Amino acid sequence: MKIALSEITEVIRSKNAGPYELTFDIMFKDYAWFERVCAAKVFNKPMAAALFRIPLEDVLGVVEFRPAKAIKITIRRPIPSGNIGETDVYGAQQHGPLIDLVIEI
Amino acid sequence: MEEFRILSTTAILGYGFPLASFEEGMRRKPHLIAVDAGSTDPGPYYLGAGVSFTDRDAVKRDLEIMIAAGVAHGIPVVIGSAGGSGGAPHLERDREIIEEIAREKGLSLRLAVIHSELDKAFLQGELQAGRITPLEPAPPLSAEALAASSRVVAQMGVEPFLAALQSNPDVVLAGRAYDPACFAALAIARGYDMALSLHIGKILECAAICAVPGSGSDCMFGYIGADYFRLEPLSPARKCTTLSVAAHTLYEKSNPYILPGPGGHLDLHACSFAQETENTVTVRGTKFVPSEPYTVKLEGARRVGYRTVSVAGTRDPVMIAEIDAITAGVRARVADNFRGKIEDYHLRFIIYGRDGVMADMEPHPVTDNCHELGIIIEATAATQKEADTICASARSTMLHFGYEGRRSTAGNLAFPYSPSDFHAGEVYEFSVYHLLRTDEPADLFPVEVLTVGSVKCGVCE
Repeated sequence: MKIALSEITEVIRSKNAGPYELTFDIMFKDYAWFERVCAAKVFNKPMAAALFRIPLEDVLGVVEFRPAKAIKITIRRPIPSGNIGETDVYGAQQHGPLIDLVIEI
Repeated sequence: MEEFRILSTTAILGYGFPLASFEEGMRRKPHLIAVDAGSTDPGPYYLGAGVSFTDRDAVKRDLEIMIAAGVAHGIPVVIGSAGGSGGAPHLERDREIIEEIAREKGLSLRLAVIHSELDKAFLQGELQAGRITPLEPAPPLSAEALAASSRVVAQMGVEPFLAALQSNPDVVLAGRAYDPACFAALAIARGYDMALSLHIGKILECAAICAVPGSGSDCMFGYIGADYFRLEPLSPARKCTTLSVAAHTLYEKSNPYILPGPGGHLDLHACSFAQETENTVTVRGTKFVPSEPYTVKLEGARRVGYRTVSVAGTRDPVMIAEIDAITAGVRARVADNFRGKIEDYHLRFIIYGRDGVMADMEPHPVTDNCHELGIIIEATAATQKEADTICASARSTMLHFGYEGRRSTAGNLAFPYSPSDFHAGEVYEFSVYHLLRTDEPADLFPVEVLTVGSVKCGVCE
């Protein structure tokens, strides 16, 4: 089935993890959805690279974190925080494509 | 074993807290009042320029309350990452505030100041000796990049705090510190488990952000026991839940299971989060894995130029459709105009409504459905004067640029302000984000103990 990620999550956010990385947290509404999305292997490095239009090697990690029924994606920042050409110093507004995302589970 | 009790006042010193929450915390008789004052989130400018991102009066308001209560009850007040970035000027700003408070309140304070700005000549030696390594994905450090850095600080662990606390200070003001260290050090000194002390510090450094509803400007209370710690919000409006506390473990971290810091990392694989009461959570199972050798994180910034910006907008559908051709045309005209005079500059048009927020990561970098666009014209150059010139030229050229299909021959841009152009001043970039090996982690961070203020004396006056 296809479902919008925004329908089955409580939190979708982005933030700096230091000046050279951006990290995305996806926290599900309940363990059932978390387990289903994990089982379907929706989130992985190639998927994140395609979603954010970045090279595969710039996806540094995709981690399932059960205590918070969350999936975390960490990427290399295209431009380090505050460098010339940067658009989001705190990295707090890079999560939009995840809210729009429709997943197949 | 009696629980060690910690009152964390606010997520960043100067962000404020309700007095009612603070008093609720004081009723629990804390052994420690602590606050983290720093972050690299606001970007490299503050570290490089030696300016605090927090407001002086707001910091003074928070400290007045904390120090008065601490002195009255004999509870040490410990502050990490003074002035936001922990460099010498940042430390000096907060030290002045503390001296001012002591004078105004007639207090005599024993103040321990821990320095964290490192000498660049010392660091060049360490770099040559191969003791400085990149913190991936930051690039390797060159001697040139280090020399060009305006300021380099190191993030201290708990060791310098332990040294400072030996003098029984009323207040510890530390330079750049690992966020949990100002919360953990006194507990570790009293024999509590290091992993639990650091892990609770990791959560308390953001104060009430780990509660629901979360807040960066409210207090949080922590208790450390023999093999657990627990968290309690101090406002009746908030609750700590297993989810809110576990979720906070993800916040701003690359990997929620492995949290690296000075001298080792916290390993959360065996951690359990249990709901203790309706609003408190107990955590167990955190491990600390020491690193060999001991490393501390270095942070440095260098000045790369000066910036001038102009803010504008357009509501013209033809202009919106032609925006790429227009910015390319303006760019070419500016380059041609100053050829041989000003050539080393960075000119950027940030187009809000299209890809102003996400730039190359934007999945829909189009203007098809936009009825208006926000435009920032930004020039960065070696001097403020050159940045002014390039920005002004781009702005005036764009205002009157003739493009394909143009109807609005009176002007292309709506400026919300007069003057239309603003000095953004010095521009910095992070230049150092590396690990430094050290054998004696306390030696990098000298402690200075001084007495500030004076006891008000009716007889002498």
